[in-house]
Amino acid sequence: MALSNRQARWLLLGPAGLWYAMLLVLPLAVVLVYSFGERGAAGGYQPAFTLAQYANLATRWTAFKNTLMLAPLGTVAALLIAYPLAYFLAVRVNPRWRTLLLVLVIVPFWTSILIRSYAWIFLLGGRGIPALLADLGLGDWRLINTPFAVLVGIVYGYMPLMFFPIYVSLEKLDRKLLEAASDLGSPPWRSFVQVTLPLSLPGVATGSMLVFILLMGEYLIPQMLGGGKVFFVGNALVDLFLQSRNWAFGSAMSVTLVAVMLVVVTLYMRFLKRIGAAREDVGLM
Amino acid sequence: MRIYALAVYAFLYLPIGIIALFSFSAGRSASQMQGFSTGWYAKALGNPFVVDALKTSASVALTSALLSCLFGTMAALALTGLKGRVRTIFDAMIYIAVMIPGIVIGIATLIALVTVFDAVNPWVQAATGWRLSLGFGSLVGAHVLFTMSLVIILVRARIEGMDRALIEASSDLGAGPVATFRQVTLPLLAPAVFAGFLLSFTFSFDDFIIAFFVAGPETTLPIYIFSSIRRGVTPEINAIGTMVIAVSLILLIVAEFTLRRGKPAA
Repeated sequence: MALSNRQARWLLLGPAGLWYAMLLVLPLAVVLVYSFGERGAAGGYQPAFTLAQYANLATRWTAFKNTLMLAPLGTVAALLIAYPLAYFLAVRVNPRWRTLLLVLVIVPFWTSILIRSYAWIFLLGGRGIPALLADLGLGDWRLINTPFAVLVGIVYGYMPLMFFPIYVSLEKLDRKLLEAASDLGSPPWRSFVQVTLPLSLPGVATGSMLVFILLMGEYLIPQMLGGGKVFFVGNALVDLFLQSRNWAFGSAMSVTLVAVMLVVVTLYMRFLKRIGAAREDVGLM
Repeated sequence: MRIYALAVYAFLYLPIGIIALFSFSAGRSASQMQGFSTGWYAKALGNPFVVDALKTSASVALTSALLSCLFGTMAALALTGLKGRVRTIFDAMIYIAVMIPGIVIGIATLIALVTVFDAVNPWVQAATGWRLSLGFGSLVGAHVLFTMSLVIILVRARIEGMDRALIEASSDLGAGPVATFRQVTLPLLAPAVFAGFLLSFTFSFDDFIIAFFVAGPETTLPIYIFSSIRRGVTPEINAIGTMVIAVSLILLIVAEFTLRRGKPAA
């Protein structure tokens, strides 16, 4: 081989490096530059240096408000549903069934979110659950195109992502600690509150962060289940780029979205460090 | 506790099950089961728009998955044991590519490519007669950005968990670096690369939001499904949806078992 180790390394890194430069760094830089520009007469972009787009963001405050309310709410709801399941699978279930049960949680997460949300249009729509409730004499319910429908879609879509980090942290838990607690006379609920729960906090922290980050950029779920009435930042962005073709304003909104995400995540990390639940590895799945 | 778990599994699978159930309805209504038939599957597969969208999605997903595995594995190998500034930059890139919302990636790719194409097209057209535009290339480009990062993460985890002694043994026994790579390193990495391939394929095949921005004149299957849902809900969409989910299911189960088999017994 005529290549030195150094040359070989650059050759191996070349394609990936090119990809990141051309399709990550360059596009993000373009968005940043455009966010200080103006809308062209026929849509698109016209060079300028102005903060007008950022000043204009207030007109889209509802989208930010909805996102910043429903994203944390959805995260908490997913946590409340995922935690007991993770606890059950990590601590209680017969190990023989564990693999199968774990796979069954992953599978929905890796199937099309579009079709999974479509399923809920079906279920929450007029002839789904509301018809069932009416038949049972439980009154007239309108579920589709409400914040509730969006929340159901969120929990349905992201619960598995919340589940995994929690499961991993519970599975690593040393059973001897629980035995010790019980030997020392602690009732099960107290062992849970004082031993299991604190030790699983890193998983809770990771899962919540992953879900929250993804929810901040969500478009499909509010679009399909909120029916244009429950608007997220993502929906406003699609509107700005694909309908009104206002690239400058849309860029300013994208930059703001990423900035808000970064601020929330940084504050959250700092909070975790303070309570001692931070963990370096963010398990991907 | 057990009842709770059952309820959660029902919550996860009932909606998918109902979609599948109604895809076999014989009637036109998407909300009332009327007899059993596979007619909607025949109708979906006989619909040229569906078939075209399916072909586009499959070829984009296949190309993306192949490129991700090739470039991702190459990068993961080069990054092993690398320290200093290059490593820091790549780690940051991988992290950003995975964490940034898909919608922002879609938007950024769209406006950057349109700007670049507008700038270079006069020259390109003068030289070749062709014009650069959004389509297959931009779909693959934007998908590979995410899926290649996924492959790097998976393969790197595998390299870090690998027994270095095997490689040393191979070179002690007189194998050159190329032979060691082919006969030792590559087979050890294969399960991670293969799992990365399947996850990349699934991601690309199912992606809606990035494609929505960068597809140009192309229609991928998720884009087709999205626009049909807007026009109204029919059992045909259920049939397409059921087929898409079945494909992802099969791929995932294969990926899961490959990764598991590749791991040393826990």
